Amino acid sequence: MERIPILRMGSFLLVTIQVDLYDRLALTLESDLVQAISKTGAQGVLIDISAVSIVDSFMGRIIGNIASMARLLDAYTVVVGMQPAVAITLIELGLTLPGVQTALNVEKGMQLLQSRIQVTASVEEAPNEDDDAGSPE
Amino acid sequence: MLVVLNKDAFQIQREQDVILFRNRVKEFAVRIGMGVVNQTKLITAASELVRNMLRYASGGEVLIEVITRGRENGIRLTFKDQGPGIPDIKLAMQDGYSTGRSLGLGLPGTKRLVSEFDIKSTVGVGTTVTIVKWKNG
Ligand SMILES: Nc1ncnc2c1ncn2[C@@H]1O[C@H](COP(=O)(O)OP(=O)(O)O)[C@@H](O)[C@H]1O
Ligand SMILES: [Mg+2]
Repeated sequence: MERIPILRMGSFLLVTIQVDLYDRLALTLESDLVQAISKTGAQGVLIDISAVSIVDSFMGRIIGNIASMARLLDAYTVVVGMQPAVAITLIELGLTLPGVQTALNVEKGMQLLQSRIQVTASVEEAPNEDDDAGSPE
Repeated sequence: MLVVLNKDAFQIQREQDVILFRNRVKEFAVRIGMGVVNQTKLITAASELVRNMLRYASGGEVLIEVITRGRENGIRLTFKDQGPGIPDIKLAMQDGYSTGRSLGLGLPGTKRLVSEFDIKSTVGVGTTVTIVKWKNG
């Protein structure tokens, strides 16, 4: 069965969407991601949609679902690489993605996640001497 | 006066047809030289309407036409199904209204994305949605 690969990058997971999602593929991706987050303890999920030229409300809902599920598992989601025409279209369509942040590219997305995680960590607990966000587990 | 320059009919029966159909619409839009933003709006609208057709009416037929009026060129899409019909169109056109537990943005969002929008529906007979996107509209 066709699957969308999930790559691990330090404490983050990277999902690159290159094909159009249809129901079953999207559902598989949702459950694969939930498993990957809980297995790796990932703190962030990057969804790269730079190769996607059409985001309709179906696909928007899938991205929103992924972000809310990730949040339940204490991970943040950043959508990276949205094409300008897609962004303009989503606004007119009326689709807002609550809980989903966006960044220009994977690198910027990782910076955003890193700052997000550091802010949360410094609020939740006393700052520790070693804040190497890249260390596994 | 509105003149039809070219036309093609497309059957929608399965989920896989959504992508094939979107590609077909893109070919037509490219052929008349429609810009990327308007293309994206048109294809996203088309995607919403074929998904509705599949979901609520188990498929139907779409007519794709290249039209011209005065000095404007555009694409007209007519989505015709023989599904259950929509009892209250005003309600269905409201943002967030959905009987399918989805986002309820397909119909109202589509209307915002295109130049002209028309919907006719008869309960027990079916639904016809017609949209026009002018090249520079
Ligand atoms: N082709 C159709 N045949 C019958 N009912 C439809 C059709 N298209 C839309 N509807 C009805 O209109 C509602 C709103 O559609 P839409 O705005 O696309 O939102 P959604 O698909 O998320 O429900 C649907 O929930 C459905 O009840
Ligand atoms: Mg819909």
